[in-house]
Amino acid sequence: MTEDSDAMVSLTMEDDAAPAAAGSAADTDAAPRMRMRARDVNVFYADKQALFDVDIDLALNKVTALIGPSGCGKSTFLRCLNRMNDIIDICRVTGSITLDDRDIYGRDIDVVQLRARVGMVFQKPNPFPKSIYENVAYGPRIHGLARKGRELDEVVEQSLRRAGLFDEVSDRLQQPGTSLSGGQQQRLCIARAIAISPEVILMDEPCSALDPIATAKVEELIDELRQHYTIAIVTHNMQQAARVSQFTAFFHLGELVEFEATEQIFTNPHDQRTQDYITGRFG
Amino acid sequence: MQLTILLIAILALAVIGLYFGRRRALSAAGSNLGKLHSMPGYHGWYVALWCGIPSGIVLVVWLIIETPILEALLLSTLGPVVAEQSEAMIGLLLNDVRNLASGDVVSREVDPALQAAADRYASMKATAQAAVLAIGLAVGGAGFGWAWRRIAPSLRARNKVERFVNIALILSSCVAIVTTIGIVLSVLFESIRFFSIIPFWDFLFGLKWSPQTAIRADQVGSTGAFGAIPLFTGTLMITLIAMLVALPVGLFAAIYMAEFASPRFRNVTKPILEILAGVPTVVYGFFAALVVAPTFRGIGESIGLDVASESALAAGVVMGIMIIPFISSLSDDAIVAVPNSLREGSLAMGATKSETVVKVILPAALHGIVAACLLAVSRAIGETMIVVMAAGLAANLTANPLDAVTTVTVQIVTLLVGDQEFDSAKTLAAFALGLMLFVVTLALNIFALHIARKYREQYD
Repeated sequence: MTEDSDAMVSLTMEDDAAPAAAGSAADTDAAPRMRMRARDVNVFYADKQALFDVDIDLALNKVTALIGPSGCGKSTFLRCLNRMNDIIDICRVTGSITLDDRDIYGRDIDVVQLRARVGMVFQKPNPFPKSIYENVAYGPRIHGLARKGRELDEVVEQSLRRAGLFDEVSDRLQQPGTSLSGGQQQRLCIARAIAISPEVILMDEPCSALDPIATAKVEELIDELRQHYTIAIVTHNMQQAARVSQFTAFFHLGELVEFEATEQIFTNPHDQRTQDYITGRFG
Repeated sequence: MQLTILLIAILALAVIGLYFGRRRALSAAGSNLGKLHSMPGYHGWYVALWCGIPSGIVLVVWLIIETPILEALLLSTLGPVVAEQSEAMIGLLLNDVRNLASGDVVSREVDPALQAAADRYASMKATAQAAVLAIGLAVGGAGFGWAWRRIAPSLRARNKVERFVNIALILSSCVAIVTTIGIVLSVLFESIRFFSIIPFWDFLFGLKWSPQTAIRADQVGSTGAFGAIPLFTGTLMITLIAMLVALPVGLFAAIYMAEFASPRFRNVTKPILEILAGVPTVVYGFFAALVVAPTFRGIGESIGLDVASESALAAGVVMGIMIIPFISSLSDDAIVAVPNSLREGSLAMGATKSETVVKVILPAALHGIVAACLLAVSRAIGETMIVVMAAGLAANLTANPLDAVTTVTVQIVTLLVGDQEFDSAKTLAAFALGLMLFVVTLALNIFALHIARKYREQYD
């Protein structure tokens, strides 16, 4: 299944979207193929409900932005997609979330394998206290994706190149990852995430701890990564959402208010609350 | 007696000052408290300090100089016959006079001259103390009056009181430092005396430890040998055994507590584990001597091994149990201090929990764990009661943990227990051993702190 879809990715790379399963082949304005689907997702922290009946699809090779005021549940939703909420004891998730039509909360799914397929980049850069090389090699090592030596070197180099970091660090791969600047650390974390070739990358405000130049670099990177991965990004920065995403979901108080093509949301939102938020009236 | 009165009077005066200073400040402020630079309470403390501190100083100074002054006065009245005697004899005489004056036991026949001297001493003491009482009260009263008159809305009483508190804090922290320096110096000088009898290298590298020296000239077989190597190896072996027990158990316990245990289990177990640290070491000691050592001997017998009834193994194992809480508690802190973002980062890569612990958490917490181990080692080296009771006194130079060995601390205890002369090599050896112990544990502690500091910067 995975290999098939990868092949499809490369075949359909140029027109940037695969035809929808139900749509006719002649339809050139086909809806994009969906990689992840969330239906009726409710999340509870103990007795407090944090998300209410959220339906979102993540389209293949698209960037989906999740925006909304602080505490609206967008990060909570993101963390449902790779089951990072499992770590929190009091957190309970209901509804269905599928990855390639398989329920990720299903009994036959191993959460470790799920997280290898759905990678994550965090708000604050969190390189491990290891060398740059070891940071990137961490995932391939634990999943046995590459043999030690040349093969692993290649994976590390390729991941660093894709993350646009290789040229900056090629001469100091053995130095600690923590010695890099904030923007470089975040790109190192992205390289670490893509080293295990995930299918989906979740980004939780990846630029909020970075300066404008580093932010621009990461945004550029997200746009490039889109060709190989499905990306969901939580952001507080509406210009960023407008720049990097093709779809935007607006959350408010745990509800999904509007989920549309980014252009639609930013030029002609249906809901008054969306309008108010993107024009800066609250948030 | 007078001095007790003075002390009580000073305290009473200070309390009165506290009250009146406050009242005067309040009345000076009238209805508008905002006019005062400092709150009324500070004015009260200002007066109290001004009457308490100067008279307190008078009291302390007198307590320090009382004996020398009184003795000098007494000697000057005793005449030249006494003054010509040797210093030791004069000291003995003065001691008797003092004891007689205060009604204690005296070392010689009480003749009229001695009685007269004692009476004179007592009366001089009473007069002097009455004078000190008067001076102390006068100084306190003067301080009270001076401070009381100075109270005005613009008086910066708060700043002055706070400066006093500051000085008091500095003095308190100095007490610990000065005491430590004093102990080190005293151990150092006694050790130097020891090394003037026994050469330093003989002590440090000698293979035979037998500290019995002849007390009388005609005693035989007690020449004394002060080679400390058997003690060092004994200490080392017991410490090693203790660490072999404590390190894995403590570290695993810490990992379980910090990473795997449910909050409820952790809340119950962690305090219990820390109670282990509160068990007096003497309790561990008799536990080791009465339960563990015989058990080991029994097991040894049943499998054909010759285990001494006071074996290094028993002492080491029990000591290891004693230091488990050190390692587990400090390592637990180090593991919990690893930022959660690293944990999530690793889990989000699809690492399992144990992979995360081994590959990310432990390396990140390593500096804290190493520091915990070094502190535990220095604790084990300095531990006394367990080894006194369980390890024995025989200074065997052996690598067999089933034999009896002895440690530096045990020997210090045995050298100084009971009646001892304080200028023989035997007792002075205790100071030399103490110095060695101090140097080693100090080095370990500094090393531990250094490691903790060095790596912390790198990881955060």
